[in-house]
Amino acid sequence: MKLRKNVAVSEAGLLFNPVTGESFTVNPIGVEILNLIRDENNPEQISNAILDKYSTDMATFEKDYYDFIGILYHHNLLETNEETKA
Amino acid sequence: MSKIRYERPVIKKLETGMPNKFGTRTEYVPMTHIDGVSVKSLIKEYGTPLFVISEKTIRNTIKKAKKAFDTRYPKVQFAWSYKTNYLNAVCSIFHQEGSWAEVVSGFEYDKAISLGVDGKKIIFNGPEKSEEDLTKAIMNDSLIHIDHLDELYTITELAEKLKLRPRVAIRVNMDTGVYPMWDRFGFNYENGQAWDAINKIMHSGKMELVGLHCHIGTFMLSPFAYGVAASKLAELALSVEQKFKHEIKYIDLGGGFASKNTLKGSYLPGTDTNPTFDDFAEAISTALLNSNFKQDKLPLLILETGRALIDEAGYLLGSVISNKRSSTGRRNTILDIGVNILFTSFWYDHKITPAQSFTQYSEDTCVYGPLCMNIDVIRESTSLPLLNRGDHVVIHSVGAYNMTQWMQFISLRPHVVLIDTDEKPHVIRLRETLDNMNSMELIPSHLGIRKSQIVNRKS
Repeated sequence: MKLRKNVAVSEAGLLFNPVTGESFTVNPIGVEILNLIRDENNPEQISNAILDKYSTDMATFEKDYYDFIGILYHHNLLETNEETKA
Repeated sequence: MSKIRYERPVIKKLETGMPNKFGTRTEYVPMTHIDGVSVKSLIKEYGTPLFVISEKTIRNTIKKAKKAFDTRYPKVQFAWSYKTNYLNAVCSIFHQEGSWAEVVSGFEYDKAISLGVDGKKIIFNGPEKSEEDLTKAIMNDSLIHIDHLDELYTITELAEKLKLRPRVAIRVNMDTGVYPMWDRFGFNYENGQAWDAINKIMHSGKMELVGLHCHIGTFMLSPFAYGVAASKLAELALSVEQKFKHEIKYIDLGGGFASKNTLKGSYLPGTDTNPTFDDFAEAISTALLNSNFKQDKLPLLILETGRALIDEAGYLLGSVISNKRSSTGRRNTILDIGVNILFTSFWYDHKITPAQSFTQYSEDTCVYGPLCMNIDVIRESTSLPLLNRGDHVVIHSVGAYNMTQWMQFISLRPHVVLIDTDEKPHVIRLRETLDNMNSMELIPSHLGIRKSQIVNRKS
């Protein structure tokens, strides 16, 4: 799972996809997750990083994490498996 | 090291080119207290869902309504519309504030009597009054508002039988220029039905025609329509005086004043657009004062407004059960509040506020209730902060109709708590129990299950 190369994410949470011209806002925890994805952390590493920092449990975070990933795919911000393999 | 408060990750597409000048803001500001009592403590004590009623708001609202009318018309009487909210504590507050009782069934009539309301101060409306109900009302000298000719003839017979002279009014329906025109109750003004009924009453000599009543609609957004209604009833009253030399003592304009809730499909919130008590009072009193009543013969003006007096005093506290994503990517949030206890969510876009603080991030959310029914939707679309499972919300302006039209459906109806003017909470209706429900049911002996069998099954 990879964030598309040309997607720009600012520290303040503004995300821009120059391919489609679409802009998004992301909350701080979302920015953290996007950066962890960009740094090629796997889901377990991402989960550990978030659970260390935030007051939540694994079940809640996993549910929210996969929901978030689903929305990133929906907006075409992540590379599909086929693209990553290629 | 303490951890940071968790908020689920969220990404929101920025939409350009489609500004919505009618858009309402997201309710970020949490409602942590109601009349000085913390929402957290109420939930800890009574759980959710929980209805909370503010006595202070009720008293302030009725005072505001009275002031609007008293400053414009010399003789005004409010009658509390029981069907809007007939919890005993609520009715008692209105009676303490000087309101009479306006009832529409034998059950409500008995409720008013049980609360100590003087029979002479009970207005009995509605199309269904049994002979037993009417007898009771006649014996108590209550004001009976006749809905149809069958009722008129029944009262005539009862008056003869009881050798009493009932005090009656007729309900008049009319065209006030608003749609839909309510013509199913009472006698029509324009086609002469109302005048016929008046003549029948006056010629029978068995009843005393003391008033004229109308109720032109519900959630009325046009004060002007009340002015039309007041003029038409005034004309009828003056015709009675002219023909029979009989004075109509009161004109009852019913209820129907809109509260500050927002009707579904409205562009702007009800708080910004709906008429105030002053607007209604101005239209009604101007029409009556401009009619041909002599100054010393002005009839008493009776008002039966319910919704506008109680809606804002009611809150419903709930908890988030779950957050989901629909097949189309829409955020769905499930609350423990269903349409079975929030009937008015079919009509209104109720304001929903979080009960704890959040960041400024939000999502467009569809809010569902917990019922296993597709119609259980509290808000089709509202912008809410990122609520987590177990977080609490406050739904506003739920005081009217919900605590009378609620349904016991698959779960039990919750506690209702009143916060008094000293900011002290009181339970005014207990949460239902399984025993309450079972106590009304009977199992024929051939279907009976022995208790020991139940115990065995459990073990």
